[in-house]
Amino acid sequence: MNSGIDLQGSFIQLLVDLGLPVEVARVAWLPLPMLLVLVGATLGVLVTTWLERKISAAAQQRIGPEFAGPLGMLIPIADGLKLLVKEDIIPAKADSLLFTLGPAIVVIPVFLSFLIVPFGQNLLITDLGIGVFLWISLSSIAPIGLLMAGYASNNKYSLLGGLRAAAQSISYEIPLALSVVAIVMMSNSLSTIDIVQQQSGYGILGWNVWRQPIGFLIFWIAALAECERLPFDLPEAEEELVAGYQTEYAGIKFGLFYLGSYVNLVLSSLFVSVLYLGGWNFIIPIESLASWLSISESTPWLQVLTGSLGIIMTLLKAYLLVFLAILLRWTLPRVRIDQLLDLGWKFLLPVSLVNLLLTAALKLTFPFAFGG
Amino acid sequence: MFVLNGYEYFLGFLLICSLVPVLAFVTARLVRPHPEGVERRITYESGMEPIGGAWIQFNIRYYMFALVFVIFDVETVFLYPWAVAFNQLGLLAFVEALIFIAILVVGLVYAWRKGALEWS
Repeated sequence: MNSGIDLQGSFIQLLVDLGLPVEVARVAWLPLPMLLVLVGATLGVLVTTWLERKISAAAQQRIGPEFAGPLGMLIPIADGLKLLVKEDIIPAKADSLLFTLGPAIVVIPVFLSFLIVPFGQNLLITDLGIGVFLWISLSSIAPIGLLMAGYASNNKYSLLGGLRAAAQSISYEIPLALSVVAIVMMSNSLSTIDIVQQQSGYGILGWNVWRQPIGFLIFWIAALAECERLPFDLPEAEEELVAGYQTEYAGIKFGLFYLGSYVNLVLSSLFVSVLYLGGWNFIIPIESLASWLSISESTPWLQVLTGSLGIIMTLLKAYLLVFLAILLRWTLPRVRIDQLLDLGWKFLLPVSLVNLLLTAALKLTFPFAFGG
Repeated sequence: MFVLNGYEYFLGFLLICSLVPVLAFVTARLVRPHPEGVERRITYESGMEPIGGAWIQFNIRYYMFALVFVIFDVETVFLYPWAVAFNQLGLLAFVEALIFIAILVVGLVYAWRKGALEWS
């Protein structure tokens, strides 16, 4: 298997050649991919908010933002700056410590989950053995922050919104985790790299979405609910609860909630593309194309091409799903809270259990097609 | 120093990610206005004077969902190692997991019949 470009190895080698000890070179490498991913995630949010405005406008036959920069592309930056310079109001009756901690606890785990998102063979921060399970566990921390924010505000709308948010995200976490179990079973590994590699080799036909169609739908529905996107945006249903747990928030604290929810959307879309849509794989397998054209896999320009194509493919798939999520927002009406919980507990949970057992049975019957 | 391989990255990233809200709060404190006033700190209740607080004893419905969640979350955690090692375990593990899931489905049906999953 082609191992791709080893950026870490080359960087450390460069520093060692400059006369630094290996340990120092390793430590110097450590924060680089992290900062890169963090900046990338923030840029991704800026692009997503711009897309959200533009696509929403197109869906409603409006023009949308057009004056700030070309095609209104600078509007997300204007939004962010505006939130930064707004005054910060902590209600007199609120618990100010928990009120401040709430948005921080929502944002940190979402960013932290980028630790295991692969953009290529070696293009991820670290390939932890625990892999995708890290994301599952980190995603259950955010509801604590939401609950904290809702309760600390000492506002009835916030309290109801926070409780709804917590009830919703715990209800949809189980179908989400169970559909990931089915994927893990097919790859025999929790590592995101192994999960993508198990889908490579046959191009578009090898992607997990064909072997896990039910799991794909469950995962997508549950991911939308976890991100509190329409049709599942009950925690902040503006007609009923003003803004849910965000009611009392202003300025940068509100901005952090906003950032967190958009990073979560991008992250979920990235995970859908990694788990179900073949991650960095191209529609046709690059390796067989290269051998058909009789080009060696270790040719430098081919490696650079494969690496950049991998990043482009991952982002393309993820943003296709973001596009779908935005279109769904203007297509479907909001569900009621009892419908939401019924869908989670009485439909998605049994179906995801059946999907898991079906995968196990098929794996026993056709070991080759389901990852041996 | 690190028993678990690769987790120094996790710690480093945790530190860097924790800096995001800290940096945001500090920058905002430096650039935002600091107006005074009692009225702006009143709890928002659609423009009315708020009646009573929100820190009250709250509806039991939410806790029922939380309890059922704990059961199924633990079940899911147990299923992960089973799924990872499934290709080496074979048919017997499948039957065992079937029994395990069947017991929990009985629990789900019980909770369902008892009305723990009803909103009203």
